[in-house]
Amino acid sequence: MADSDLALLARINKPDSQSLVGYLADGGYESFKKALSMSPNEVTDLVKNSGLRGRGGAGFPCGLKWTFLPKDHPGPIYMCVNADESEPGTFNNRILMEMDPHQLLGGIMLACRGTRATTAYIYLRYEYGRSFRTLEKAIAECYAQGLLGKNIQGTDFSLDIYVHRGAAAYICGEETGLIESLEGKRAWPRVKPPFPAIEGAFRKPTVVNNVETLCCVKHIFDRGISWFQSIGVPPDPNNPRDAGSYGPKLYQASGHVNRPGCWELPLGVTARELIEEQAGGVWKGRQAKAVIPGGLSTGFMTHAELDTPLDFNGPGKVGCLGLGTAAAVIIDDQTSMVDVLYNSCRFFAHESCGQCTPCREGTTWMTKILHRIRTGHGALRDLDLLKEVADSMGIMPGTTICGLADGAAWPVKNAMQKFRPEFEDYIQKKLTSQDPIRELVGTH
Amino acid sequence: MSTLTINGQDLTLGDDEQLNVVQAAKKAGVEIPHYCWHPSLSVVASCRMCLVEVGEKKPDGSVAMMPKLVPACQTPAKANTVVVTDSDKVKQAQAATLEYLLLNHPLDCPTCDQAGECFLQDYSFKFGNAETRLQEPKEIRKDKDYIGEQITLFTDRCVMCSRCVRFTREISGTAELQIVNRGTHAEIDIYPGNPCDNKLAGNVVDLCPVGALCSKDFLYKQRVWWLKSRNSVCPGCSTGCSIHVDQNEDHIYRLKPRENPLAQGDFMCDEGRFGFKYVQAEERLTAPEWKKPQPESNGSSSSVSRWSEIVNHVRESFRLVAKKSPRSIAAVFSPWMTCEEAYLLASWLKKLSPQVRLTLGPIPVVGEDDRYPKNWRGEPLEPTKFTIRAEKCPNRLGVAAVLSHFQSIREDFSSIFNAARAGELQAAYVVGGGPPGWLSSDEVKALAQVPLLVAQDILRSELTNAAQVVLPGASFAEKEGTYVNHAGLAQMILRSVHPVAEGYNDCRIFMEISQREGLFNARVMRKEIAEQISAFRPIASGDLGEYGVMLPALQGAAKQANLSEARQ
Repeated sequence: MADSDLALLARINKPDSQSLVGYLADGGYESFKKALSMSPNEVTDLVKNSGLRGRGGAGFPCGLKWTFLPKDHPGPIYMCVNADESEPGTFNNRILMEMDPHQLLGGIMLACRGTRATTAYIYLRYEYGRSFRTLEKAIAECYAQGLLGKNIQGTDFSLDIYVHRGAAAYICGEETGLIESLEGKRAWPRVKPPFPAIEGAFRKPTVVNNVETLCCVKHIFDRGISWFQSIGVPPDPNNPRDAGSYGPKLYQASGHVNRPGCWELPLGVTARELIEEQAGGVWKGRQAKAVIPGGLSTGFMTHAELDTPLDFNGPGKVGCLGLGTAAAVIIDDQTSMVDVLYNSCRFFAHESCGQCTPCREGTTWMTKILHRIRTGHGALRDLDLLKEVADSMGIMPGTTICGLADGAAWPVKNAMQKFRPEFEDYIQKKLTSQDPIRELVGTH
Repeated sequence: MSTLTINGQDLTLGDDEQLNVVQAAKKAGVEIPHYCWHPSLSVVASCRMCLVEVGEKKPDGSVAMMPKLVPACQTPAKANTVVVTDSDKVKQAQAATLEYLLLNHPLDCPTCDQAGECFLQDYSFKFGNAETRLQEPKEIRKDKDYIGEQITLFTDRCVMCSRCVRFTREISGTAELQIVNRGTHAEIDIYPGNPCDNKLAGNVVDLCPVGALCSKDFLYKQRVWWLKSRNSVCPGCSTGCSIHVDQNEDHIYRLKPRENPLAQGDFMCDEGRFGFKYVQAEERLTAPEWKKPQPESNGSSSSVSRWSEIVNHVRESFRLVAKKSPRSIAAVFSPWMTCEEAYLLASWLKKLSPQVRLTLGPIPVVGEDDRYPKNWRGEPLEPTKFTIRAEKCPNRLGVAAVLSHFQSIREDFSSIFNAARAGELQAAYVVGGGPPGWLSSDEVKALAQVPLLVAQDILRSELTNAAQVVLPGASFAEKEGTYVNHAGLAQMILRSVHPVAEGYNDCRIFMEISQREGLFNARVMRKEIAEQISAFRPIASGDLGEYGVMLPALQGAAKQANLSEARQ
């Protein structure tokens, strides 16, 4: 996209992109003031009709989520902003929060107008210290300008925004885990139903939205639905359940590429375009062996699948979990998939909250099996065992409470399906990886 | 009325039955294994042991099954629900979950207290695989004997069902137990220096479906398959918790709560759980004694310890006194007596003379009713889920109801006490049966002045030292009978161990003294009481069932008593 077409990242390189003065100079909060004259239902309908889907990973239609809130609820209704960006490879929320905090606040205000929420919590992962400071400063500026607080701009609409820092746990990115953590409890995802829209934070109706989703809301109000729908991929007419993939998306690329980074692109670019046109190609003149399409939990695409469009449906068609956070991790052809998968399992074993038996025990077991393979003691039957363990966990078979177990299992499923010959070769040649014992230290 | 289908079998539930699928399946005779779910605790659906296939029967008769497994504990048993628990998919999931749970389980069943009543064992046997595929060494975790004064934690046996954590949060409200660490390293622990020592702490041992939380009191004492279990009622307070008494070779090893929605629910307090030890104390009276004064010889007294001789002596001497001055005979009943005992003793004495004075002895009251859950300040919260009552005896209502049948005007213990102190009593029959320290030494001193004092109790005490005739009674675990709790619920107690005194229990003593024919049979006696005393009419069948029978007449009495107490 040309610079003039950018929406989400339009202001990040400006010298005063973080300040309210600069934001107001760029016409910020005009759409919010406009929305104050609209009814909450009109605001919700606008978002619903835009076809905006959640950018957090699952791609749930945003406006539809808002309509699940009970009608005529006396309140309070809470808005939770999921800024616990912990999916490996993902860093777009951080850029949004650090470089353009008012864009996010504008989105939150619009969303709260639409959902009738009077309190919004930004659940921020602990490691994002700079985001915390910029957001705190931006919120203070808004209070000083009368954009937050009681009876904003003389209307009956009141809103408070708080930044809540997490304590560094992947599971807090799950919406009910986030709510539990926000309430001061152990971040164990809740059994559903009831869904947060009915009973969420502090047992009140709650909407949980991702940072990038809310930033998109702001631009939908600024530029209109037709602008939003002119970008991206329309729904597949042959699939009545497809909601389409409209709008701009922040794609990230990291790993073995020449120029890792984050770019605002229309939904539906292919992995190959992302690597070659944006990220400067695979480093050292090598080929990509595998690409993680949207954060570690979405699994692997092979070299042959690089022309898959990275929209909400594309990665699923080649066996990946989904678009996820559109954070591509590129793995070059010199890297052992055994090591990659071991690293993945180690991460999920470390981050499993320990509530459901299959995920708690299964993630650690898979790590142990891979560790054994990497020390040269693997057997071919271990690959079947890995697949069996991976298949037995997740909300898709119904054996866990939250979807993060699916994310933990997916890389294993994909690797067993797409890279099995490499694993067999590794085992049969009794290869070992460098110093696996030392790598295990610290994997508590 | 709603009908659902479980494994092809139709089950009809009433409108008032709000069950989940685990409970509904149990009614249909289908076992759904579960660890984390417990009827008295909140649903977390985290152990994933109770996964089943669920579908809905459409009006046209077709069945739409959900594509994935769902936890039965979280699924309400609604009309037209179709539940399948025996499909390959379900069996596979059950086997997988059990394999996961056993991955790091030490399998130290030979030294584990829970072996024999362990749900890991039972479910593995029924639903699991025989072998593990884990090749790596198991995780070893440190045992935590500091977790509580009465409880100890074998950390690596834990299956993380979190029942104990939820118990301390939801039932006791004290929240000592918690989960620390994450994932496979998660463990149950306490905050340093704040052990799980609340008054209900022992329940976490019962709640633990595996051998992780064990009772220090019971640890390594018995294999559970040697224990014989009988239903009984805890005599510790007027709540009257339904319990199991577990014994082997006439030694009681533990009391466990027995589920009873009419009495206390699923739990019992530690005071009752561990407070039964006096029953097996050294001070137990094992033989009767009649200290015969021998005025003519050198001042020493000889004593008789033959039952027949002593029983005859008691019978004859009371008859003589009753002929001369019946108002000088008094009997003090204890609130630990069963209704049957009270009935037998009262009917014998009132047959001697209607003027014999019967009274209910002092009622031990300690503090106030202790209601749970509590908040962090220790204040009770609504709704109350468990109450430890201030009235530390099991059968005040029952004994009082029997006495009021035989004696229309209530005789206070204080008037008997005063009469004894004033030397107005010729003969007194005092029955104890509870823990030590029931009568104060002032009260014993007054009663000691009675020329003919018969003391029937289970422990040697000041009273038995002062009495001319000492009869060894039976504790609650050694006799059959009926206790009526604070709410008017009549429950059966069954004999768990043999009486210590040559097979004599209180009822047999009363039967022999009053020369009733036949052997004592609690069931027959209950029928007789129900015929004679209108308040006991609901138990006319003689059978009280698992949960006991409510006595509406005494329910009213209980409420009135509470009201009058409140007014004071």
